[in-house]
Amino acid sequence: MSVAIDIQGVSKRFRLYHQKYTSLKERIVHGGHVPFEEFWALENVSAEITAGQTLGILGRNGCGKSTLLKCIAGILQPTSGQVVVRGQLAAMLELGAGFQPELSGRDNIYLNGSLLGLSTKEIDRRFDEIVAFAELEQFIDNQVKYYSSGMYVRLGFSVAVSVEPDVLLVDEVLAVGDERFQMKCMDRIQQFQRDGRTIVVVSHSPDLMRDICDNVLVMDRGKVVTIAAAGEAIRVFRERLIESGFAPEPVAPDAGAPADGDGGPVDVVAPQRRVKLLSATALYDRQEERNYIESGEPISVRVDFEVAAPVSGVQFKITLLTDREAIVFSSTSAGSVEGMPLDVGRGSATFAFDSMLLLDGRFSATIEVRDAGGVVLDILDPGCHFEVMNPGRAKGLVGLPLRVTVSPPGAADQPEAIASAR
Amino acid sequence: MTTTSDAGPSSAVGTLVEPRAAGSVPSPVARGEQDLPYRVVSSEVRLRTRLADIWGSHELFVFLVRKELKVKYKSSVLGLLWSMLNPAVVLMVYYVVFKYVLKNPTPDFALYLFSGLLVWNLFSTVLPGSSSTIVANAGIVKKVAFPREILPLSQVGTGAVFLFFQSIVMALFLIGFQYAPDWAYAPVVLFALVDLLVLTSACAIFLSAVNVYYRDVEHLVAVLLQAWFWGIPVVYNFNLVYVELLKHHLHWLLGLYLVDPITPLILAFQRFFYGHVNVSNIPGYAHYQVLAGYPYHFFLEMLAAVLVASVLLLLGAMRVFSRIEGNFAEEL
Repeated sequence: MSVAIDIQGVSKRFRLYHQKYTSLKERIVHGGHVPFEEFWALENVSAEITAGQTLGILGRNGCGKSTLLKCIAGILQPTSGQVVVRGQLAAMLELGAGFQPELSGRDNIYLNGSLLGLSTKEIDRRFDEIVAFAELEQFIDNQVKYYSSGMYVRLGFSVAVSVEPDVLLVDEVLAVGDERFQMKCMDRIQQFQRDGRTIVVVSHSPDLMRDICDNVLVMDRGKVVTIAAAGEAIRVFRERLIESGFAPEPVAPDAGAPADGDGGPVDVVAPQRRVKLLSATALYDRQEERNYIESGEPISVRVDFEVAAPVSGVQFKITLLTDREAIVFSSTSAGSVEGMPLDVGRGSATFAFDSMLLLDGRFSATIEVRDAGGVVLDILDPGCHFEVMNPGRAKGLVGLPLRVTVSPPGAADQPEAIASAR
Repeated sequence: MTTTSDAGPSSAVGTLVEPRAAGSVPSPVARGEQDLPYRVVSSEVRLRTRLADIWGSHELFVFLVRKELKVKYKSSVLGLLWSMLNPAVVLMVYYVVFKYVLKNPTPDFALYLFSGLLVWNLFSTVLPGSSSTIVANAGIVKKVAFPREILPLSQVGTGAVFLFFQSIVMALFLIGFQYAPDWAYAPVVLFALVDLLVLTSACAIFLSAVNVYYRDVEHLVAVLLQAWFWGIPVVYNFNLVYVELLKHHLHWLLGLYLVDPITPLILAFQRFFYGHVNVSNIPGYAHYQVLAGYPYHFFLEMLAAVLVASVLLLLGAMRVFSRIEGNFAEEL
């Protein structure tokens, strides 16, 4: 496969002004000398992205992932190094960027489409499709300022995907609109993947990465930590989080240039590992030397840990994943043992499932421990594995408790329970 | 630019290579193969690439100009008529003030004034608008990749549309008052028009970029334009200045006056529109000259000089622009 995006030693320097002097007077008053700090948002980043691949760029806020995406898109020029992009490129950094509220939806499709590099002919040809996808047939001649935020974003997405580029860059924009539209968006992205287009997705959500990416590039402080298959890269990402004692799932969604006030990560410093997870074991009835459980049987996961310094408000979190790294279940101990203080020493926590409803497959459990501030203290990924065997007839991932009732014709007043199956 | 596949949602699933009609684009499986155009993002951008990019976005330019016009006159009843009404009213006010209040001796003063204003209006409305255009469009500059020169250029385009509408007013005026322009100077005035567009584009591109770093620029431009207006022979006669300066042996100042690239353009417009007004026939005006008494070839030479200077300015402006454009997204 040929290379679609070749990132060759890209570095990007930002200047962080302590106070920004944007007027001539201020610059002259300060003798033309504006105090600033240099900040390398990207340091010698190199990567080759083969055509047809979906690459995720994962990292916490301010790690440079959006900057890298903007360099690929050509919105920012790298300070040194270069990016070679083969084929037509479209970047979805913000949906509906450049919409003119005073203009109609129709005018905006043309304006936005040509901003994204479509020719008028191409827009003409795809116009109906764009409108249909955005579900705005009735409102297309209304001014965009009267649109609801959902309609606005839908139109933005619809125009953006109509570009049908060889290379698509996506920056955290998939979480838009209502759930149904989100699924439509995901469908379209998967369609792109099937078409053999190259996609680069930026996110700080490992779950999204797991779902759609072949490979994931993990970044930290402007450097590439690893490029690996999704599962492996996410594990590395999680480990990085612990090393720097950083709370994941930060609030600010715009991980853009530092001018946005997004200059550095909001680190919560954990001096050393206060709680260390030692091991996790899956406990179940191992009679007859089985190495699996049957669906519906009880199972527990026990985690042994060691506390180096007293912590308060400790929460344990368990996540169950399929062997394809899809999350089936995730929950914390918050409800039962909220704000639990831990003293120095060794201890264990047990997650007990009275009845494991999962059906066939090999599953893994990931254990996470956090303190009261949400700082991740340690992660075991994967903590342990277990296999489930399903003796019943049901298919799928989960065996939901089910009762089927059929009322045969002519006997409506006496319903008959046919089966109760799993 | 047009490498986009027209593969609909239903086609091109899997790895089938569909033979396509001649002239069609490569099928998706061929994506990433050698025939695709490639683009390099780096800190060094060649001028030719930039020019090609700008030309590739000419449709965007048209849409942006259309947007400017639509947004400007949205929800107004008269719409584009305002672009003609505005100069017409300005013209009337100047005419009344200078003709009757200040007793300006220039015959057919309205025609004289309007010829110069055509040039000046374009220049003076485009520059403030284009100085702030990058900052005003920060939303797309930060989020969408396109040749950003299109933004100031679309301001020039909008100005050109207004110039066109004002020319219609001018034409109506000429017909209504039975003035005939000096057709011999039609090539000169077209030459001047080209000069004007190139010069304005150069200034617009330069100012829009610099304003990102020094937001004073847009205010400075407004102030400078006020002063500049009185440094060019629009309201008063060129000849007045000419005679006065020579009388005091201030040849260098006259040179400076002519170095102003706008002045030759205005002289050319005035020569074309006003040239047939035969001043010496009017009693008491025997020795009164309104227009510069330059010969035809002198106009061409001046305009050629302005063109050369404007093209150089344009190249310089594009160089400045491309050097700092890479940081627009972070400076905004």
